[in-house]
Amino acid sequence: MNKLLFTTVLLVVSACSHHNSNASLYQQLGEQEGIEAIVEAFINQIGNDERIFAYFADTHVSRFRDKLILHFCDISDGPCVYDGDNMVDIHTGMNITEGDFNHTVDLLIAAMNEVGVSHRVQNRLLARLAPLRDEMIYI
Amino acid sequence: MRILIIFSLMWAGSIAHAADGKLIATPGVSQIEGSAGGGIVPWAQLAGYASRDEIAGNVFCSRGDVSDYRLDVCGAQANFYDRVEFSVAKQRFRINAADLTIRQDVFGIKTRVYGDLVYSRFPQVSLGVMHKRLRDDEIANALGAKRSHGTDFYVAASKLHLGAFAGYNWLWNLTARHTSANELGILGHGGSDQGRRLQLEASTAVLLGRHVAVGVEYRQKPDNLGLGEDDWKDIFVAWIPNKHLNVTAAWLDLGDIAGAKNQRGWYLSVTGNF
Ligand code: HEM
Repeated sequence: MNKLLFTTVLLVVSACSHHNSNASLYQQLGEQEGIEAIVEAFINQIGNDERIFAYFADTHVSRFRDKLILHFCDISDGPCVYDGDNMVDIHTGMNITEGDFNHTVDLLIAAMNEVGVSHRVQNRLLARLAPLRDEMIYI
Repeated sequence: MRILIIFSLMWAGSIAHAADGKLIATPGVSQIEGSAGGGIVPWAQLAGYASRDEIAGNVFCSRGDVSDYRLDVCGAQANFYDRVEFSVAKQRFRINAADLTIRQDVFGIKTRVYGDLVYSRFPQVSLGVMHKRLRDDEIANALGAKRSHGTDFYVAASKLHLGAFAGYNWLWNLTARHTSANELGILGHGGSDQGRRLQLEASTAVLLGRHVAVGVEYRQKPDNLGLGEDDWKDIFVAWIPNKHLNVTAAWLDLGDIAGAKNQRGWYLSVTGNF
């Protein structure tokens, strides 16, 4: 019975989600324009969050914005090559905690909600970013 | 009592700073023996939203209502630094026909030994212990159970795959439990047929959004008393409006329990996270 129920759940889930499945993640994110909107909203979210903003007190926001857009474009298979500092170098010395990292993910989700990125596309971007966490926390 | 004091202190402290260091919905809910899990299976996740630098406390109450029986459970968990989970569950098992209640206390400890449900490459793995003590052991004794208390040992592995199915997050958990418990321990431990056994349990769920998960569970059970104890199954939907609350409803198929056939019915559970 369980197998049947589970299969049913999966079928329902996949039936209502087949459009767009051939588009690259970059396209699903709305290409350059969409990624810029996400990063803009994300920076706003960080600016309004005392806990995370503390990490960015001395950051040049315009560089961070440009490099993060490039990073998201690259990681979502867009036509860009990330040329900023690598993840380990840039985050070394910040001693980002696991809780703060995960909280930043919540801010990114809030930013994506704000600009109307669908739940399923959000998860696909998060899936690409999640493996990077180990390079960034407690260093 | 000591545990209650610790929990109230934590609760008071948590008003200042509630743990929120995990992605919403990912810690799971509270299973009937007190551990973080699904409804009937303990999962590898530790209860609540504590990250490695946080402490989380949770309280829960659940009710399972099938044809001839009802189980009410209330309990609490404390999660220290996403490393150790302590849990306590007070169960009241009601036999409708006999107008009789069997009470059992379950004390649990679970420790995360590897990984992170969401972020590590391989599944999160935890080891757990559940110590069970009957407060009313007359029925267990009458049915031939060897002991009125006993201890389960289990290992659990869980993984959440981000965007696994058409962009939806998918969670699975496998648990292997070494146990002598009859019907959770409500009917004591051991019996004429056999002693300790390894039992397999599994859960899987799809998160339909940040706030809703649907899934199924399966729990293998031993038959020490020779009463035809059946494996348990359920299908559940959990609603997680925020990081302080979750509500789970399930449809239970518990098979035969102590001679009463086809025990099916509803399950409802509420957990508060601090
Ligand atoms: C997967 C998650 C993350 C990604 C992909 C990411 C990516 C980036 C990128 C591309 C840059 C710009 C690099 C450059 O200027 O060359 C950057 C800078 C920065 N990141 Fe992250 N980051 C992540 C998580 C975090 C978290 C969780 C924090 C803190 C809580 C953080 C704090 C910073 C700060 C403060 C800077 C600016 C450094 C400076 O001022 O030069 N990052 N990050």
